[in-house]
Amino acid sequence: MWQLFSTFFRIGLFTIGGGYAMIPLIEAKVVDEKHWLSREDLLDLIAVAQSCPGIFAINISIFIGYKLRGMRGATLATLATALPSFLIILTIALCFTRFRDNIYVERAFRGIRPAVVALILAPVFKMGRMAKVNRHNIWIPIVATLLIWALGFSPIYVVLLAGIGGYVYGQVKDDKI
Amino acid sequence: MISILILLFWTFFQIGLFGFGGGYAMLSMIQGEVVGHYHWMTTSQFTDIVAISQMTPGPIGINAATYVGYTSITGAGYAPAWGILGSAVATFAVVLPSFILMIVISRFLMAYKNHPTVEQVFTWLRPAVVGLLAAAALCLMTPENFSTPTECPWQFWVSVLIFLFALVSVTIYKMSPIRIILLCAVAGLLLM
Repeated sequence: MWQLFSTFFRIGLFTIGGGYAMIPLIEAKVVDEKHWLSREDLLDLIAVAQSCPGIFAINISIFIGYKLRGMRGATLATLATALPSFLIILTIALCFTRFRDNIYVERAFRGIRPAVVALILAPVFKMGRMAKVNRHNIWIPIVATLLIWALGFSPIYVVLLAGIGGYVYGQVKDDKI
Repeated sequence: MISILILLFWTFFQIGLFGFGGGYAMLSMIQGEVVGHYHWMTTSQFTDIVAISQMTPGPIGINAATYVGYTSITGAGYAPAWGILGSAVATFAVVLPSFILMIVISRFLMAYKNHPTVEQVFTWLRPAVVGLLAAAALCLMTPENFSTPTECPWQFWVSVLIFLFALVSVTIYKMSPIRIILLCAVAGLLLM
């Protein structure tokens, strides 16, 4: 149990830049070092965890923890993955509120903010290719963007609508054939 | 106080439940609820959190939930100790749907992952998530983050240049986000 905790704690601690950066580390630890899973099992898990909602790294931890030690394993793995970021961000939040009004910090952040917008925009095209966006369905991301950005819809409703829309469209198309 | 905690829980539970497509897509939901709907923080505060999340380890969703939980409570005038409780509630709430879903899936649904209904739902959902991401970026292109040509032309045009620099560096030169943020912080210190 302690091994499970320390492994996922390390995975949570050493991945910078989000879920996908974690895959090589999880593979090295869980498959090559500890032999908890086969490589094929891990690939299956990744595929399922990607198509599920929620935080990718947490989804993977819950899966592996549950597979190894049931409910207790899942709880422990989740806690271990979330704990490093929780503690680090809490420390920053406690201190940052004091520094935020400092003129130098403010100037640095004036430079950082436009860069962050670019960093969020950058993966749009890569994700578009991964989601197989083509000239027939390009209207879906465009409509989603406009609903949220121009009309102020909550992204939650957009996700719900898209899921239902895809299902209904699939049913109608199948009926015609 | 209790009402903010309940709202935090409910908001982050929904974000955990409908957050398809990874960290950045989830950011669009957090922004929609936390900045757009509840006004727990401003657009520039939200952008700062994203920057901090990029530079610190761990999943962006956890980082954002922890930070928003803290800020929404202390921003309403409560003591930092209650802010820690807010962090814990938001983080727990964003993880809870994954926890339930993953366990149900690993017990029963692994066999259904290629089921036609699941496929149909995803034929529109996947492209829509791309739109979520684009909207997240567009919603952050505000006067708060970029200033305006009339209000402060210098800050506006420097911001536009920084934006273009970051976009080119990350897409074409594959520079690490941490390095980009650090460089832009220096640029901000020197120029703004």
